[in-house]
Amino acid sequence: MNVITIKNFRNALVTALWFMFLTFPIMVIKVNTTENLIVWRWHNLLYVGATAFTASLLTALYRQYRDRKRSQQQQEEGTSRVSWNERFFNTPAIARPVCALGALFFLVFPLLFSTYQVNIMTTALMYVVLGLGLNIVVGVAGLLNLGYVAFYAVGAYTYALLNMHYGVGFWVALPLGGIMAALFGILLGFPVLRLRGDYLAIVTLGFGEIILLVLKNWSEFSQGPGGISNISRPGLFNIQLSMEATLNYQYYLTIAMVLLTIFVINRLQNSRIGRALFALREDEIACQAMGIDKTTIKLTAFALGATWAGLAGVFFAAKNAYINPDSFTFLESAMILCIVVLGGMGSILGVIIGALVLILLPEYLRAFSDYRMLAFGAILVSMMIFRPQGIVANIRQSYRSSKDGAP
Amino acid sequence: MEYFLELVFSGLTRGSIYALIALGYTMVYGIIGLINFAHGEIYMIGAFTALIIATVLNMYGLPLPAVLILAAIAAIVWSAAYGFTVERVAYRPLRGAPRLSPLISAIGMSIFLQNYVMLAQTPNFLPFPTLIPEPAFLEPIASMVGTTDLTILLVTTVVMVLLTLLIKFTRTGKAMRATSQDRTMAFLVGVNVDTVISITFVIGSSLAAIGGVLIASHIGQINFYIGFIAGIKAFTAAVLGGIGSIPGAVLGSFVLGLTESFATGYVSSAYEDVFAFSLLVLILIFRPAGLLGKASIEKV
Amino acid sequence: MNMEPILSVRGLCMDFGGIRALDKLDLRIRAGEIAALIGPNGAGKTTFFNCLTGIYTPTAGELLLAPPGQPSRRLNGLKPNRVTEAGLARTFQNIRLFPGMTVLENVLIGRHCRTKAKILGAILRDPRTRREERENVDIGMALLKKVGLAHMADEVAKNLPYGAQRRLEIARALATEPLLLLLDEPAAGMNPQETQELISLIRSIRAEGLSILLIEHDMKLVMSLSDYIFVVDYGRKIAEGVPEEVRINPVVIKAYLGEEVDYA
Repeated sequence: MNVITIKNFRNALVTALWFMFLTFPIMVIKVNTTENLIVWRWHNLLYVGATAFTASLLTALYRQYRDRKRSQQQQEEGTSRVSWNERFFNTPAIARPVCALGALFFLVFPLLFSTYQVNIMTTALMYVVLGLGLNIVVGVAGLLNLGYVAFYAVGAYTYALLNMHYGVGFWVALPLGGIMAALFGILLGFPVLRLRGDYLAIVTLGFGEIILLVLKNWSEFSQGPGGISNISRPGLFNIQLSMEATLNYQYYLTIAMVLLTIFVINRLQNSRIGRALFALREDEIACQAMGIDKTTIKLTAFALGATWAGLAGVFFAAKNAYINPDSFTFLESAMILCIVVLGGMGSILGVIIGALVLILLPEYLRAFSDYRMLAFGAILVSMMIFRPQGIVANIRQSYRSSKDGAP
Repeated sequence: MEYFLELVFSGLTRGSIYALIALGYTMVYGIIGLINFAHGEIYMIGAFTALIIATVLNMYGLPLPAVLILAAIAAIVWSAAYGFTVERVAYRPLRGAPRLSPLISAIGMSIFLQNYVMLAQTPNFLPFPTLIPEPAFLEPIASMVGTTDLTILLVTTVVMVLLTLLIKFTRTGKAMRATSQDRTMAFLVGVNVDTVISITFVIGSSLAAIGGVLIASHIGQINFYIGFIAGIKAFTAAVLGGIGSIPGAVLGSFVLGLTESFATGYVSSAYEDVFAFSLLVLILIFRPAGLLGKASIEKV
Repeated sequence: MNMEPILSVRGLCMDFGGIRALDKLDLRIRAGEIAALIGPNGAGKTTFFNCLTGIYTPTAGELLLAPPGQPSRRLNGLKPNRVTEAGLARTFQNIRLFPGMTVLENVLIGRHCRTKAKILGAILRDPRTRREERENVDIGMALLKKVGLAHMADEVAKNLPYGAQRRLEIARALATEPLLLLLDEPAAGMNPQETQELISLIRSIRAEGLSILLIEHDMKLVMSLSDYIFVVDYGRKIAEGVPEEVRINPVVIKAYLGEEVDYA
């Protein structure tokens, strides 16, 4: 039974008072230094108090629930926990129709919804690709890359510049963007991958900022903050497409890209390389002692992740027909990280759900779109505390040898 | 020559500010081995609190010195409170979790605090009131070094000395050193590790608040984003000196401050931040232990 | 028994700052033998393993591995993964499995350095990659059968009981096809029955021609299992010999004085 004790209640009250004090200058007083005006917003104090009070009680309840579940598990030791998605995939009677319906939905999406919706969905699907790419680096290999967006920028600018100067088309630029990003990944990876995890995070963050600053300031090269416009959209055998057809075409291209990504990453994860990546996240020293060259494997992960960012970058430049450095700030990296963390590190389905939720929700809840980054921050913190495995926990593949067909 | 001296002073001023922030990074890293990404935001909140309180007090017509002191105290109190709360909310539940978890939580906290201030206050730059008076007797050297610069240098020196005394000679300081050497052992010999960690965050945040107030008066305007860049740079300074080492953080800050000052003064100011980030990347590659740090060996 | 040394250690020194953890250590391990390295806590046994496997770089000395019928190879300064490729595989005193991976996957990681599949192979799954993967799984399952974990192949490693985790570490090390197996306190924390099972497992591994070097505190296990024993104290070798000799060596007894020694 969940019970709110007097102690919980008192704690919640203390928490509420503390947060009212804490947020007082920032939440209550608003100054306008140019006109010397002060606005007192006392009502905010009430909101803060109420929120902190509720949050404190909910956390206490959650802790009770978790402790009870743990002690239950200890009693029935030996039976390992089965996550909801594992149960889902192990029941074909449910999993198959659900997957088929999902596929059908995405297939007919442009027929059912307006071009505006299709456009938003295309964006969301692009984030699926980005999320899956970052997932290789952060989720599978456990390397926290905070400058992921730099590789996205490399892909986008590769296409934009090639298109502007030499008229290179989308289909030629697509592999080039991927390759360029991979090269940058290796270039950065070589020196920094010897570093410990947290240093790696900072260096990649710094790298992302350097790329951004160069794009902003080196106008002869990148046209500076003004960006590059009139980038060609992806072509289809030289056929002139209407605006709506172009959008739909882009939608299906992105779908194809997502499918390709899922296919490749799924196969990679269950391969020699994928296992080595995952082992690297689990224990570096044991990994080396088992004969895995950690530098090579890390570099592989880094380059793979970067390749996907590069491909997505080319898509992005082609879709918008315009890019500028503002699309490649740290916040973008943080958003992609948030997708991976929310969905579940290492889980493909998780990342897809994460991307759709985080990109579509703010679009449809316009009123809350200002609070989007605030929510992302809060999601990162609370996921780590309450559900570090994400919405969809990663499932380990079971291998069957040719001789032991039956379990 | 005068230009050179101007650059030296500006480098020292920058270095002092970085040092005040870098100390927070280095102390927290020394004790719980975490890069506290939200530390830059604590500094930003310090600056905002000072601005808000100073404006309010100004309107009530308090004399300038009183406004300055009260605003600085408010900044310290609230920054310390934020630092304390951030640790309790976002890091303490994650002790013993995989290394990546607190780091991601810290990044989340940083984004959250930035946007919290942006939404509650303003996304625009706010002019920071002039709190430090410009006495006439400093007029002759004013072109090279302003009163604010001198105040910054003076305050930083005093704070550093106090911090060193605190860590070397008080019980709390001893407990902090013990905890950073071996948390489990410190706990076993009766150090209240939770309290020590909280104190570390409170001290680190207070220093950042002082830095926030000083830099805000120096530059004259602030916005919600100032913590991000300042945070990375101070972190660079901490790493440069050898993360976990307090004298290292100070040394690293001055090296970084002077480097930036000369690079922007003689090369180009457009790439100011690129210099800092490149320096960071280079140190981590060639000397990850920093100038005064020791290379650590992982136990197997 | 083959008397050729498979591993020769000459004058191995390891300094940490000013402290000498290993002092001119000389050891020779003959092919096909079970050798044991014993000594009081802090004598430098695990440091020796870490030097041998490339986790530490020794300050001085020679580590030579002589695979049968091949020229000998110097191991000092090699990266840990190179040492494993050369034919040394180890377990860890404080178990270091990949806790989130399944039992079989843990063993498959051991196969990494003996297989070749690259990214392209993984994506295309060409016949060669498929064959390699199939062979790997077969080898992995065979090893799991040997250590008695075949029925738990799909279990996540962290859910395994303690003794099983230790055996899994051995299976994982064997998967790298070593010439010399290094076991760091394999019986630590095991109950008598598990220890008995471990002894017969180690014997069966030796029967297949592998050489084994183990660090152990359980004297009963060391005395009943080893062909040859090296005793170290304060980083120096103080005695060596067959178990009967070491058992009565006064220097060894002195070194262990104060520690409870069970010579059963």
